[in-house]
Amino acid sequence: MNDTTINSSQLGANSLVERAKRNQHRFWAFSGLIFLVIGFSLASPNFFQTSNIISILQATSVNGVLAIAATLVIITAGIDLSVGTLMTFCAVVAGVLLTNLGLPMYIGIPGALLSGFLAGALSGFFVAKLNIPPFIATLGMMLVYKGLSLAICGGRPIYFNDTEGFVDISTGSIIGHIIPAFPIPNGVLILFLVAIFASFILTRTILGRFIFALGSNEEALRLSGVNTDRWKIVVYSLAGGICAIAGILLASRINSAQPAIGQGYELDAIAAVVIGGTSLSGGKGTMLGTIIGALIISVVANGLRILSVPQEWQIVVTGSIIILAVYADQLRRGKT
Amino acid sequence: MNILVDMSGIEKHFPGVHALKSVQFELREGEVHALMGENGAGKSTLMKILSGVYTRDGGSVQVMGQDVDFAGPREAQDAGVGIIHQELSLMNDLTVAQNIFIGREPRNFLGILDEVLLNKNAKDIFEKMNVGMDVGAEVGTMTIAKQQMVEIAKALSYNSKILIMDEPTAALNDTEIQELFRIIDQLKADGVGIVYISHKMDEIKQISDRVTVMRDGEFVGVRDSKDTSIEDIISMMVGRDLELETEQKPDTSDNMTALEVKNLNRGKFVKNVSFSLKKGEILGFAGLMGAGRTEVARVIFGADRLESGEIFIDGEQKFIDTPSKAVEAGIGYLSEDRKHFGLVLGMDVRTNISLASIARFGSSLGILNEAKISKTATDFISKLDIRTPSEKQEVKLLSGGNQQKVVIAKWLLRDCDILIFDEPTRGVDVGAKSEIYKILRDLAASGKAIIVISSELPEILRLSHRIAVMCEGNLTGFLPANSSQEEIMRLATATMQSSNNKNNQISEMSS
Repeated sequence: MNDTTINSSQLGANSLVERAKRNQHRFWAFSGLIFLVIGFSLASPNFFQTSNIISILQATSVNGVLAIAATLVIITAGIDLSVGTLMTFCAVVAGVLLTNLGLPMYIGIPGALLSGFLAGALSGFFVAKLNIPPFIATLGMMLVYKGLSLAICGGRPIYFNDTEGFVDISTGSIIGHIIPAFPIPNGVLILFLVAIFASFILTRTILGRFIFALGSNEEALRLSGVNTDRWKIVVYSLAGGICAIAGILLASRINSAQPAIGQGYELDAIAAVVIGGTSLSGGKGTMLGTIIGALIISVVANGLRILSVPQEWQIVVTGSIIILAVYADQLRRGKT
Repeated sequence: MNILVDMSGIEKHFPGVHALKSVQFELREGEVHALMGENGAGKSTLMKILSGVYTRDGGSVQVMGQDVDFAGPREAQDAGVGIIHQELSLMNDLTVAQNIFIGREPRNFLGILDEVLLNKNAKDIFEKMNVGMDVGAEVGTMTIAKQQMVEIAKALSYNSKILIMDEPTAALNDTEIQELFRIIDQLKADGVGIVYISHKMDEIKQISDRVTVMRDGEFVGVRDSKDTSIEDIISMMVGRDLELETEQKPDTSDNMTALEVKNLNRGKFVKNVSFSLKKGEILGFAGLMGAGRTEVARVIFGADRLESGEIFIDGEQKFIDTPSKAVEAGIGYLSEDRKHFGLVLGMDVRTNISLASIARFGSSLGILNEAKISKTATDFISKLDIRTPSEKQEVKLLSGGNQQKVVIAKWLLRDCDILIFDEPTRGVDVGAKSEIYKILRDLAASGKAIIVISSELPEILRLSHRIAVMCEGNLTGFLPANSSQEEIMRLATATMQSSNNKNNQISEMSS
């Protein structure tokens, strides 16, 4: 049968069309973001100011980093509900190491990161080796980290007043030192570095290839002789480590580890992932999409606040945007 | 006689495939019309158009004299077209009656489900069919044959005048098949027209009134069954007279042993299985569905855990409890279910080919060399003649035969010495089939040890240097390459016969 013989001109057209199709979602999400920015700029002169843009970016940094962690897990067709409280737990670990034990930053920060990795590995172990569904495993761990954080702190926040330079991790500006006109805070810089790193992992490494394959057809990957359990644990560990980065960013921004916050962040993170076009059924997703998704959430929150819309209604709008974004995606795929 | 269905000039395209080329089909009242053709000939596509699953690109469809244009299966159902798919689509945890009337449950005046009426309506249908059935039983607990009766009852509950059966006997034993035929006869008498898709020639002769043959998406011809010989039908399907296999098979008995297994056990499908496989040998595994051939392959490959038994590769004992260990030991397994277990459908050709050997393309930090992956993939694409616009095409857009070649390429790249092919030509069209046979022979000639599991006896006989036959989890015997189909079938039913005898003895003793 010659039914698949396709000449080269068709071939070129095909790959171009496919490329455009593949990037369509991000295109729409990005247009949505631009549309929101223009809309808010027209509605209020206070919106499109350097200081406000920077504060939007600053507000995106923590949720953005968490959303990156969530994206990695979601592409494997898993879910991580523990990202929010794990973030807090890692902040508390940093607090214990730096403030309670008085250790220097070069031990405290890696220590917090390590705790994130190990915590992620534990979730990964539950999912891969004990066959606990990711939703349940990470729901359980979400509560465990929340309880542990409160127990370690005795319910009170740990402040970082004695650790010099800790606040600068998030709010200082290395870029501002070099180019004074762009005082972009380090937190934002870190967000973009983490995003580039994660995007590189996804698209250029064996781990990334396996993340997509796990989400598309885990059994086929296993039957290709790949140790899928081990790679799953690697993914959850990496996500845990990235949550720890978010924890340090948050602690640095508010100069304290607040054991009571964290729960609820996972939903914002997942919302950003979904708005960014990553499929909850796995196998599809991009870091750029997730960053756009996180920015959309921050822009909406910031813009509505500038327009003096009460916070209650901001939440309603964010919720509606999630549904709208996913509905638009379904329309595009022609499934409705 | 009334004409129930008249399809003419039907056209259908899929990405890269012209699936139906001006196909015609006619179904009369009260006839069983067999639809024949090799895999990929377009039978299922045609029937999916008739039953509203696909929309056609061209041509016309008349059902009972009316031009129709079904937008979905529901509309087809309402117009009297019922289809019983090869894979039954029942909800296992619901009862028979609940399944039949799903979405159409009778309700009482308060709007509450009326289970009594529901069960009564279901019972009426089975009474009309003359079939004994516990309508309150959960479908998941019943045999495939019973489940099929439920599917038929469901189709009849829509007052279907047209019933499409896609390989209805594939999973049935002889008594069950005769029961099915009795029901088909009864439906015929009631004026129902039945489209019967099957590969079993003797069944076609026994049950059908007319035969339509398709090949490569085209209509070849329609004949009265009683005036047509099986040979005629086959040559219509294949497009030429079947040539006899004349290829000389090499003698591998002096070769080194590549794989030896002793007393493998797992559950009821793998019982004390022992065999050895030489380098350069193709060992065929024959048996009926459920004989345990796939299960044996899966335990050797570590996909399922072995309960007991020993595996030796090149004389050395190996403990294989995961596929990754099997692959390290040099075993590759090509699953019968390519789409679920062999390929990552949403990923492209190059990724699928590289999946089992990806470490080879990564730096020490795990960073991939994309250019090398593409280069390797294109090499295999030309070597195995995989028809794809490029190595970046998603594999789900390829035809069955080309998908199978991608899986083969994956294992060739991994350079496994022992390859287990489970139904290597399932869903593969005739042309690609012989290409795959040639690839298998070349692999064996190059010294690979090969196991071929196949349910098609001609395929087993054509390929194998030696044949192992299984029945109900037991390896019932080995046969030389020049054995007859009858000899294989005898071994394939060996333990069933003896257990039947045993049952008879027991019933005799108790009576």
